[in-house]
Amino acid sequence: MSVPAVGAATDPFQPAPGWDLLADVRELFTYAFMINAIEAGTVVAVLSAVIGWFMVLRRQSFTGHTIAVIGFPGAAGALVLGLSATVGFYAFAIAGALVIAAVRFDGRLGYRTESAVAGTIQAAALACGFWFSSLYGGFTGGASALLFGSFLGITAGQVQTLGVLAVIVLALIAMIGRPLLFASVDPSVAVARGVPVRALSVAFLLLLAVAAASAAQITGTLLVFALLVVPAATAQLLTARPVLGLGLGVAIGLAVTWTALVAAYYVPYPIGFFLTSTAFAAYLLAFLASRLRRRSRPAERAPTSDVVLEPVRS
Amino acid sequence: MSDGDPVVRFARAAVTVAGRTVWSGVDVVVRPGEFVAVLGPNGGGKSTMIKAILGLIPLSAGTLTVLGGPPRARNSSIGYVPQRRSFDSEVRIRGVDLVRLGLTGARWGAPLPGARRFSARARAEAHRVEKVIELVGASRYAGRPIGELSGGEQQRLLIAEALAARPRLLLLDEPLESLDLPNQAAVAALVAKIGRAEDVAVVMVAHDINPILGYVDEVIYLAGGHAAEGPPHEVITDATLSQLYGTPVEVLATSTGRLVVVGATEEASYSDHRHHP
Amino acid sequence: MASSLDGSLLGMLDHPFMERAFLAGIAVALLCGVVGYLVVLRAQVFAADALSHVAFTGALGALAVGLDPRIGLFVATVGIGLLLAVLGPRGRADDVVIGTVFAWILGLGVLALSVYTASAAAASNGGAGVSILFGSIFGLGEGAARLTAAVAVVLLIIVLALVRPLIFASIDEAVAAARGVPVTALGVVFMAVLGATAAEATQAVGALLLLGLLAAPAGAALRWTKDPFAGVALSAALAVGSMVVGLAASYAAPSLPPSFTITVTASGIYALSFVLPRPVRRRVRRRRERRPGIQAATP
Repeated sequence: MSVPAVGAATDPFQPAPGWDLLADVRELFTYAFMINAIEAGTVVAVLSAVIGWFMVLRRQSFTGHTIAVIGFPGAAGALVLGLSATVGFYAFAIAGALVIAAVRFDGRLGYRTESAVAGTIQAAALACGFWFSSLYGGFTGGASALLFGSFLGITAGQVQTLGVLAVIVLALIAMIGRPLLFASVDPSVAVARGVPVRALSVAFLLLLAVAAASAAQITGTLLVFALLVVPAATAQLLTARPVLGLGLGVAIGLAVTWTALVAAYYVPYPIGFFLTSTAFAAYLLAFLASRLRRRSRPAERAPTSDVVLEPVRS
Repeated sequence: MSDGDPVVRFARAAVTVAGRTVWSGVDVVVRPGEFVAVLGPNGGGKSTMIKAILGLIPLSAGTLTVLGGPPRARNSSIGYVPQRRSFDSEVRIRGVDLVRLGLTGARWGAPLPGARRFSARARAEAHRVEKVIELVGASRYAGRPIGELSGGEQQRLLIAEALAARPRLLLLDEPLESLDLPNQAAVAALVAKIGRAEDVAVVMVAHDINPILGYVDEVIYLAGGHAAEGPPHEVITDATLSQLYGTPVEVLATSTGRLVVVGATEEASYSDHRHHP
Repeated sequence: MASSLDGSLLGMLDHPFMERAFLAGIAVALLCGVVGYLVVLRAQVFAADALSHVAFTGALGALAVGLDPRIGLFVATVGIGLLLAVLGPRGRADDVVIGTVFAWILGLGVLALSVYTASAAAASNGGAGVSILFGSIFGLGEGAARLTAAVAVVLLIIVLALVRPLIFASIDEAVAAARGVPVTALGVVFMAVLGATAAEATQAVGALLLLGLLAAPAGAALRWTKDPFAGVALSAALAVGSMVVGLAASYAAPSLPPSFTITVTASGIYALSFVLPRPVRRRVRRRRERRPGIQAATP
């Protein structure tokens, strides 16, 4: 154990950061739960940033949030049945993604109906999850962790599952990356060129479900936005280049997650608060930076119409 | 398929959409290197013809041969610029990436960073993308997010996207629709120039012949459920159009050479240009 | 448990806590039905979602600093509602920005929850977090129930007084503005009312579930009738129906929390509206087609 620094709390269960960063970090890593948390956080951050990048491009941020919320009653229900919450999360999230894929929210129902349906689905899912968790042990029995995240109880088994799923999802993205990008950005032309746009949409929703259920194990079902959307959106604010944007999203996601985990270790506030705050801070900074950049480039904003007139044969 | 064979051939073709026969008895041919305009009133089936060529809508009668084969089979040799409003300003993709998708987007896999340094194919692809962007005159702004560009600039990049994979046929569905007059003239000239330079057959749907009148080799006029094909001065006449529409139609020429079709009744506009994902 | 369902339900209202629940619940449901219809009509469901996060954080923030949660609840929801109105119809424009901001606000609420739970006050009222999240309609005291009902009625009067210009402005903003309807001012007033409605609904079904009471009856009404005024009435009726059925069901089966039964009933009705077509319309159309004076056989 490191020597408590000046001003450190005397309570051994209340760690306090000293001035020696290296010693602090080493102290962190002496605890198994912290190692698990950091490993899980790393995997989740990478997976979420990659899927999130496509999600933001496809304007499906809200769908991701909805799928995560649908996972909540699955997790709570699994606990009631004596199964693992993680399994319930994934099962319901995937089922929810399939239902959403089947109903085809592609603008045909109209924006009003789509948002009313999404709002109702969220409320119904949360209501069912509430009932299940009241059967299981109530709020203190774990519903709070399911909703708002936790990093204290992550098991080595969870880390393994997350790792395996992440590898599978990332491998699939590596296989379908180009046609997925094509289908996301220019679906009409992609269809004409033989890209299976509809099948790719369904496949993406399933990958999204896995990513959302994975992220929810750390952020909680209500705060997946912080890892699934914000790092990728921040990256897209900073650059429109695909490969760079993906990489930047991953970097930002990792920075947000590690900062939040370390902060949550030293300061006894919930992990969900730290995750949303660091994510929000990153987004805010990028937002301001992009605004400043745009203002310093006034000449490029006004598009010139390059006119080449040729005589018309009559 | 030898060089002289038609690029597109409709024979006694008909298309039925939602129980309604859009057109029938269509015998129409597009030859290599031709610039063909598809004209007609709203709802006459112009977009439908483009979609039929792409194999997105099946024929209900007759035959269709595209690039020597059945529809859909040769779509990788067809460049398509669909009818659309402009890109959402929020879309964060650069013009050059969009053009590259036109070249490689249908291939499985994902691009690796640094591929250009190690793969001759990646270098060749990057070179082709650069060249086709130059061809449409968009080099200056191709690196910017496409949502930030003006209508005319976006249209050029969309044409570059369609040209990237060296198609033998270029299909454009009302590309001039949302452009102002100077840009209409510029894009029309560009398309004609590209058609000649790259030896690509061009089929362009338009609702107004005038911006492209000077470049067009053949006109396909769709009205009244039938088609008439031929050089502009043969098709856009009182006699031909009156027969097509089934009611008296006059074609007037203004002093500057613009043509105006008078007396044609617009059919109820029916929208067939939704995405079919 | 009484021997027959009828018997147990009839005795329901003998219990003061049920009386209070019905009083507050029906008033809030009426309000949510009316306001919810307008929210869906104006495509502002996202704003209601955001306000539900704000409700949670506001209430818990007040608790964390030792105030009555309702103060934080109303100040936060009405305040942010006005802010959203002022920032303009940026509505659909950026789900990402809105989502990010309100995820952060929810994160602040989680912080407030943990601060409050750790404090001494929580020892005597540990369930406060759950009540704010998921409602506690059976736990309303006499004063609280009456206050909730009274506020709901006041808000309802305000909305109903403005319902005609509000509907006009929601359906066709440009034309309404041209006709002299103060569209912007109405928008601001509506957002303030929406905020207060969210605060009211939080007390009945909780911050996490209020979106259901706002969106589901309204969605169903929108599918079952195209006449906006009939829609408002239908939405209110469906909301009240969901509340009554939900409260009764929870009373009859105490293992089912009331906010759960209410939300599930409302959602079920909305789901039904996708399956059942619009019966009223067809009958009306058929009646109009018959010539007057002729008795047609019933089909």
